[in-house]
Parts: sequence; C-alpha cells; structure tokens
Amino acid sequence: MKEQNINLTLKIWRQESAKAKGNFEEFKASVSPHSSILEMFDELNNNLEKEGKDPIVFESDCREGICGTCGLVINGHPHGEKKKTATCQMHMRSFKEGETIYIEPFRAKAFPVLRDLMVDREGLDIIQQAGGYTSFNTGSAPDANAILISKETASLALDAAECIGCGACVAACKNSSAMLFVSAKVSQFALLPQGQPERYERVQNMVIAHDESGFGSCTNTYACEAECPKGISISNIARMNRDYFVSNLKLQNV
Amino acid sequence: MINLDSKVPEGNLSEKWTNHKFNMKLVNPANKRKFDVIVVGTGLAGAGAAATLGELGYKVKAFTYHDSSRRAHSIAAQGGINAAKDYQNDGDSVYRLFYDTIKGGDFRSREANTHRLAEVSNNIIDQCVAQGVPFAREYGGTLANRSFGGAQVSRTFYARGETGQQLLLGAYSSLNRQIKLGSVEMYHRREMLDVVVVDGKAKGITVRNLITGEVESHSAQAVVIATGGYSNVFFLSTSAMMSNATAAWRAHKRGAAFANPCYTQIHPTCLPQHGEGQSKLVLMSESLRNDGRIWVPNIVGEKRDVNAIPEEDRDYYLERRYPSFGNLAPRDISSRSAKYACDEGKGVNGGRSVYLDFADAIKRIGEPAVREKYGNLFEMYENITAENPYKVPMQIYPAPHYTMGGLWVDYNLQSTIPGLFVGGEANFSDHGANRLGASALMQGLADGYFVLPYSIGNYFGSEKPEKVDVKGAEFKAAEDSVNASSNKLLSINGKQTVDDIHRKLGDLLIDKVGMSRDEKGLKEVITKISNLREEFWTDVKVVGKSEDINMNLERAGRVADFLELGELMAVDALDRDESCGAHFREEHQTDEGEAIRNDEEYAYVSAWEFEEPGKWKLHKENLEFESVKLATRSYK
Ligand SMILES: Cc1cc2nc3c(=O)[nH]c(=O)nc-3n(C[C@H](O)[C@H](O)[C@H](O)COP(=O)(O)OP(=O)(O)OC[C@H]3O[C@@H](n4cnc5c(N)ncnc54)[C@H](O)[C@@H]3O)c2cc1C
Ligand code: SF4
Ligand code: FES
Repeated sequence: MKEQNINLTLKIWRQESAKAKGNFEEFKASVSPHSSILEMFDELNNNLEKEGKDPIVFESDCREGICGTCGLVINGHPHGEKKKTATCQMHMRSFKEGETIYIEPFRAKAFPVLRDLMVDREGLDIIQQAGGYTSFNTGSAPDANAILISKETASLALDAAECIGCGACVAACKNSSAMLFVSAKVSQFALLPQGQPERYERVQNMVIAHDESGFGSCTNTYACEAECPKGISISNIARMNRDYFVSNLKLQNV
Repeated sequence: MINLDSKVPEGNLSEKWTNHKFNMKLVNPANKRKFDVIVVGTGLAGAGAAATLGELGYKVKAFTYHDSSRRAHSIAAQGGINAAKDYQNDGDSVYRLFYDTIKGGDFRSREANTHRLAEVSNNIIDQCVAQGVPFAREYGGTLANRSFGGAQVSRTFYARGETGQQLLLGAYSSLNRQIKLGSVEMYHRREMLDVVVVDGKAKGITVRNLITGEVESHSAQAVVIATGGYSNVFFLSTSAMMSNATAAWRAHKRGAAFANPCYTQIHPTCLPQHGEGQSKLVLMSESLRNDGRIWVPNIVGEKRDVNAIPEEDRDYYLERRYPSFGNLAPRDISSRSAKYACDEGKGVNGGRSVYLDFADAIKRIGEPAVREKYGNLFEMYENITAENPYKVPMQIYPAPHYTMGGLWVDYNLQSTIPGLFVGGEANFSDHGANRLGASALMQGLADGYFVLPYSIGNYFGSEKPEKVDVKGAEFKAAEDSVNASSNKLLSINGKQTVDDIHRKLGDLLIDKVGMSRDEKGLKEVITKISNLREEFWTDVKVVGKSEDINMNLERAGRVADFLELGELMAVDALDRDESCGAHFREEHQTDEGEAIRNDEEYAYVSAWEFEEPGKWKLHKENLEFESVKLATRSYK
C-alpha cells in the first residue's frame, strides 16, 4: 500500500477562547493518501508538541463516524464535501497534490468556540432532555415481542434514529437551525408504537427547548440534509411539522 | 489488607440471584433522597446505572469526559446483543447462554456472576424495546435474531451494524429523562483522576474540569466506576481515541485489586494497518464471518491477482482446522490462526493481512441479499480502503479490542474498597479468559440496569446517609496529588512526545503480551516496560498549562497509567503459566497448536494489590464450579 505522500497547504482556524478573535494559521503538510484527515492532524500536533508549541485543539473519539464528536468545516463544508461521511471518515486521497485546504470549526450562535476547532454543543443535549425519551422505569417493560412492529416501520425509525448528534446540520444552516436533529428524534418516536403516548407533548417540548437554546428557525433551505453525515432525510422535518401543528391544535383544545 | 470474599450467595445456581435480591436490605423510600451516588462514565453500564438509580430515588451525579453522555465508546459497537429469549425456538435457554459464556471464557469466570448475566439478559431486551430501540424485525413484526460470534443458536438482537449506538441512545434517553426530572445531575467534560477513600470507604472523587482545568472534589456515599476497558494500552486498538484506564487505575492505586489484567481480546476481523500515521484500528463486525470465508494464499510469495488465485492454491485455514465451527471459530482461535498464517509469510502480499471473501455468499444468496445484510459495513470498508468488497475480497487482521480483565469485584460488583462499585468493561466479572461476541453490550446493560441499582441499595441499607464534606483532609490530599502530578508532567520538558512513548509501549505489548506469550518474552518485556516508564518520567514533553484546555496533558496522564498497567499485564501473563482463552502461552499447547489449560493449578482469578509502581502483591480467588464440569474447550 505504499504510495507517494501528498503535499498540502493547510489554513487552520486558531482561536484562544470564545471571546478572543481568531485567525487562519498556515501549515505545510506531507501526508500519506491512506491517512485520514484527523491522522494528518495527529502528525501535525505531534510535531508542534515536539517544538514546544500548543497543538491545534480539535475533537474526535470513535473515528468511525458514529460518536458525533468530530466536526470540522473543510473548504466550507461541515464534515467536508464528500456526502454521508463524518470528518473522521475523510481520507487524504480525496485531496490533490499541492491543494490548499481551509479548516474551520462549526460556526453557529448556539455553538460557541471553546478553542481553535473545538466548540460547545451542549444545546443539543438540552433539546434531548426536553423530551427525547419514552417515560417508563427500568423493570416495568412488557415482553419485547408483545409489541409487533413491521419490518418497514422499524427500518424507517432506525433511519431517523441513526443521527449521531454532531451538529453539522446546524453549521450548514444559514439560520443555525437544529431542526433536522430535532426531527430525527421526534420521527423515531412518532413512527414507533412506543412513542405514541407522549407523541404530541414531546414535539412541543423539544421544539421549545430548541428555540430557547439559541438555534434559529427552519426556512426549508435543505442545506442540512446535504451535509448530514448520516443522510438524515428532511422528510423528517415535514413529519415533525405535521406533529407540531397537531400538537398546537391539541393544546388549544385543552 | 485485601480480602477476596466473592460473596456468592448460597443455593442452587439458578436461584442465587432471586434469593439474594429477596435477602437484600431495603432503603426506606423517604431516605433514598438522602443517599448520593457518583457514577463515573456514561456508556451502557454507567448511563444505565445512573438512570435507574435516579428512577429509584437516589441522588445521582454522573460524570464523563465527553461533551455529551451520548458519545461514550459503547456507541461504536456494531454487531449485536445476546439474550436467552429463544424467540427462534432453536433450543436456547438461560442455561445454554450461561454455559456458552462460561465455556467461551475457558472456565475462568465466576459461575454465579455469569449465570446472573444470562438470567437478566431477557429483561434487557424488553427494556430496550420499551425505550424505542429500533431492533431489526421479521416481516410479521416480531424481533429478528442472528447467530453471532461462534454461537450455534440465533440469540443476537441487532439494529443494522449500529446496535451499540441504538442501545446507548436508549440508555442516554433514560438518563436524559432523569436529568430533566432533577434526580441526576450531569457533569460533562470532567475527567476523574482520583477516588477519595475516607475511613476505608469510597466517599468521593477528584475530577479535572477539562475546559477550565480546575480540580474539583465531589462527595457521595457510594461511587460507581463504569469507565470502559483498557485496550488502548496497545496504542492501536479498536477503542475510541480517548478510551483509557485512568479511572480504574487510580482506584487500583487507592486499594482496589486489579484482576486478570493479562486477559485481553484481540479481535480477528479488523482492517489492517495502513501505515505509520495510523491512529486507531477499525473493526469490521464479526457478523461478516457468518457469510465471509477466511483464507490466505497457499504459496509464500503469491503474486497473482487475488481473483486469479485458484481454489487449490487457497488455504481456508479455519474451515480446514475447525470443520464444525469453520469461519465462526472463537475470536482467540481465529486471531491466532491469522497471526500464524502471516508469520509463515502467507499473508496478503507477504504482509500482515488475510482475506475475508464474499464471492461464495454472493453466488449463493445474491448480491442484493448480501447488501441487505452487510451494506453499511461494505460501504465503510470501501470508504476507508477505496476497494469494492463485492468485487475484491476484504483484507482483515486482528486488533486489540476488548479487555476481560479489570477491577476485581464481588458478586455485588463491589471492589475491594467498600462503597466503590465497578460495572461494564471496567470490571473483570463475567467473561473469564475470553469474551463471546455480543455479550459485552449485554453485560454493560445487565450491570447498569439490573445489578448495580440493587446491590448499591443493599449497601446503603447498612450505611448512614451522612453527608461527607469535600473540605475534609482526604479530599484535600487527593486534590493535591492530582495537582502535583499535573505540575510534574508539565515540568519535565524532555524530547519525546506522549504519543511517541505510547507507540513504543504499544509495540512492546502487542509483540510480547499480544496473541501469544512465552516466559522469555514476558521477562524481557517487563524490564523494557519498566525502563520505558523511567524514560517517560524523565524525557516526555508536555506543553501548555494545567489551568486551561490541555489535551496534551490529558493524554500524558493516561499514558503514565498505561505504562504501569502494561507492566502488570506482563507480570500477570508470566504468573499464569497455562494457556486459557485469549491468554496463550507458547509453552502450553498440543502438537496441533491447541491451548492446554491447567485447572489443577490455575483455576483462580488473579487479583493484584498495588504496592508501588512496578510492585504488586498477588491474591488468588479460587474458582469453584458447582454446576458445570470443566471441559476442554474444543471447536473442532
Ligand atoms: C468497535 C467496537 C465494536 C464492538 N461491538 C460489540 C458488539 O457488537 N457486541 C458487544 O456485545 N460488544 C461490542 N463491543 C464491546 C462493547 O462495546 C464495550 O465493551 C461496551 O460498550 C463497554 O461499555 P461500558 O459502559 O463499560 O464503557 P464505555 O462505553 O467505554 O464508556 C466509558 C465511559 O466512561 C467515561 N470515562 C472513562 N474514563 C473516565 C474518567 N477518567 N473520567 C470521566 N469519565 C470517564 C467515558 O467518557 C464513557 O462515558 C465493541 C467494542 C468496540 C471497540
Ligand atoms: S441530523 Fe445529521 S447533521 Fe444533524 S446532528 Fe444528526 S447526524 Fe449530525
Ligand atoms: S470521531 Fe466519532 S464520528 Fe468522527
């Protein structure tokens, strides 16, 4: 698997803290085409540490596209240009010899920069806490096969449940809306029988928490779907909007 | 002084847990609020325990170094979770799941714990379905199962290749509900760096706030450690980048015995290493072995294109040596066989990888059916390697994946420090010398939802709900020791980076304490690791300051602990002069290369007491087998 290294110019966003002014710093890199972009960062940081300089702060964990920890804006695209992959799944072979790459953090009002490429995405957790669950206590569940769910429904629910909570949808949206993220959880439960008892209360609570956490409103530009590493479909937003509408009617009746 | 009382209840194996639950002390509901529990880690075990303890009315504080509890390493599990539901009517039962697990672990686990695991497995599936986990279904709407990782019954529940994600998001949702209700207080981006022991009991922890760098103390009447496994000691493993042993190790240094550190599992189906810049290894789900056939070229120096190699020049070595299990032979056997094939020079292009071939499966069931089963795994493979596995066989090689060893716990999952409980991969409890596929998720959730909440209640039943002051001397001393260690690391200013030294440690371990071990190699490596530890403390370079975001400092602390743990792994492997499960000693094998166990002398759990870095005292818990007969594990 020996192939020639690729030489690149990197313009990487550096920023001391949320309040500090940031700027792009330029680095040169020579990297194996088989390396992932985060492995390139590891090498870069290892060299910086050797020189006694502060390494570039970026986050990652699973490096398999499932934990949602990583998230860089690469040449203007959250998680890079390649569809349906997270930052950590990006390989250097997708870049050309001599190319200049711009790397920035996810930018959104609700995601303050903590340092360099690391942002605070706590708002996403707050939305989930507002209603992303079914209410029952451990031990009180009926036999798993007591609830029949068609293969198709289970599969659709899983399509929605695959959201990795990375926040790329927010970074992609000109309004910094997290509606794709919210709708993924709302849809998972709206599709499943287990989610029915709290269906309308859930959508109300999660949408309110979304708005209160500093995320903007959705104006259907679909930028989110294009950048989502799991290919979460905007049809989930339509489903959520219908449920939200119904939930408003129900509230008025009460 | 360490006392290894396993506290296994009396009675028939199948009645122990029921009787034990009945005999447990209960805490008056009005008093529950007065008991605080700290849960460190929000993977399956930690999130499950924190949520359930919250539901029961205790006051819970949960900690994770992640920015969100949903990111714990459990999220990455692919293949599935076992349960003894017998929905497929293929003869499964609690006893069979128990027996398979204990046999899979090569008779080196505690019978009673393993049986309890099988017993509660069914409740787990019920629980997850109620949470809305979208498991795979049959057309009729019932739950689907597959056979997985060497099991001869179909007892594995799954959600595409994302079972861990869905189970963790289920546990996360239950945890979120408790956070909303106010019974769980969630602390993100906190790394636990010490356990605080007051009058011989665990009463709190010391954490570093990873954003501000501040060192904080938190107190409680019980502490749960659910911080995952230590595969990253090898530097390259399938674990997430941040996974580490620090929480468990610091507890060990405060008096918790560490059990069976040498039992580490090397998973057979991972992507081979691509080069020096490699940061971690990627697992390809073991479910692939259900339909993929593993082979290497028969000829050393084979140059032909892979698809041009005729059948007679291929060695399907697992099918040949293990006719009844074939490609589904247990992980340790599969891994070791791949290593030997590559040692012989039969690896792909003479390197370190073997083929996993789907050509026959595609012929048999068609490409669409293969896509339906493994589509996302194939996509993932192609994305990483730029090769199409529908056309060209995959290449795989074993990688460190799971650690059966961990903090010693009794039947109540309590460590040798009273009040300190350990759940999930962080304990040593249920898998003996080798873990079967799809049973770690089961164990994490069993501990979290169904064991710890009971056993902690039982502990509180005889404790007074007195608040512990975080201003006490023990808390101050722990804070000082954390600060001193950070300052020391930052002041060395040597020439090697943390990663440089970690890589060296990984190379030593994978070579001598990996898939096969021998006395000479182990003795050598113990000295080398101990020297490397010296090197670390005199020549490492850690930049930045401690009152700040400093990932370099975080990693330095973890690697410092790995250096001590790595040495103990070798010490333990040297002590265990037999082959069992994933621990294969070259000296103990049959002429055909099968492991030879020594039940006369080694049917014990090794529990190590820390004395000083590089020095431990061994305690033995003898394993009593009342229900199963020790048999030679045979997969012929
Ligand atoms: C790639 C992969 C695939 C797998 N597939 C399967 C499978 O198909 N089936 C199966 O049964 N098993 C599988 N496993 C194994 C299984 O996923 C793990 O054993 C299990 O999820 C561990 O869960 P846990 O709750 O013990 O720990 P983890 O999920 O590792 O959680 C550890 C938690 O502790 C926290 N933590 C750690 N240290 C500290 C500290 N010092 N301070 C604060 N917080 C800390 C972390 O932030 C995290 O929240 C797989 C493992 C891997 C690596
Ligand atoms: S919807 Fe997609 S982009 Fe948004 S958080 Fe989920 S996975 Fe990320
Ligand atoms: S690091 Fe986990 S999704 Fe990228």
